Amino acid sequence: MTSSASDADSSQLEQQAPRAIIAGHGLFPEGMVSAVEQITGFGNVFVPLSNLGLSGEDIESRLRARAAELNVKVFFTDLPAGSATIAVRRIMRDTDGVVLVTGTNLATLLEFVFRGEERPGDAARHAAEKGRTALAAQGDA
Amino acid sequence: MPVELYRIDDRLIHGQVVVGWGQPLNIQLIVLVDNEVACCDWEQDLYRIGVPPEMEIRFADVATAVRDHASWMSDPRPSIVLTGDVATMRALLRGVDTIRAINVGGLHHRPGRSPKLRYVFLTPEEEAELREIIASGVRVTAQDVPAARPVPMEEILATSVAEKSG
Repeated sequence: MTSSASDADSSQLEQQAPRAIIAGHGLFPEGMVSAVEQITGFGNVFVPLSNLGLSGEDIESRLRARAAELNVKVFFTDLPAGSATIAVRRIMRDTDGVVLVTGTNLATLLEFVFRGEERPGDAARHAAEKGRTALAAQGDA
Repeated sequence: MPVELYRIDDRLIHGQVVVGWGQPLNIQLIVLVDNEVACCDWEQDLYRIGVPPEMEIRFADVATAVRDHASWMSDPRPSIVLTGDVATMRALLRGVDTIRAINVGGLHHRPGRSPKLRYVFLTPEEEAELREIIASGVRVTAQDVPAARPVPMEEILATSVAEKSG
């Protein structure tokens, strides 16, 4: 194997390591991971966690546990007032360096995937901006 | 305008409350009755942050809620009164005799609770409290979102009794 090929493999492996958690309602987290995987092949950048059937306390404890296990500090959630968002805000209160992006859409996540060279927090902020600009209503009906 | 919904939900203010019920009922005021949140500014900010600007959030401990309930009833804005557990709702009912119906929207699994519905788990003490509430003439139903069928709590509790007997 050449040096450059080895570097490319290494880069790809880094790209595929989990860098963020997607949390939200129903199958939103799994669905978003599935969509990212379909488009980019890098669904593994995200770890999904649904709030389905969980109390607020359980959502928070599971998010804390997964984040510690994966050593990730970036969270994407679906709804600003949602229980997953509330749980992440609780984590932010006592954990330095946590970044929360709420109102997440697919464009947000795709942008994050391709900003693997940036610090996760910077990538998350850029991704949020991309997601905001991707949202549009078209047509004159 | 009467309070549109009295709800027990251990997630307190979250998506189902703000959007699921809030939009169809045009809710413009949510009152969270919770003794712990009522005395903690940080907790209050946490719940205010994600709520749309047209929706006011108020926080009250039980004593304040009993005192102020009449003013919420006379407020022209449609509202939801929310507690995080059965005991707090029962305490509110003791001080306010005009509440006729309670919605159990989410009491999730925790040690000591048994599953009743996908989103309702109860301890024996909570079952007893709900029976007392029903016996006082208040209609209690479990319903997580408006589109779901409201399940009479008597039906849920009867199943519990049947399971114990069986």
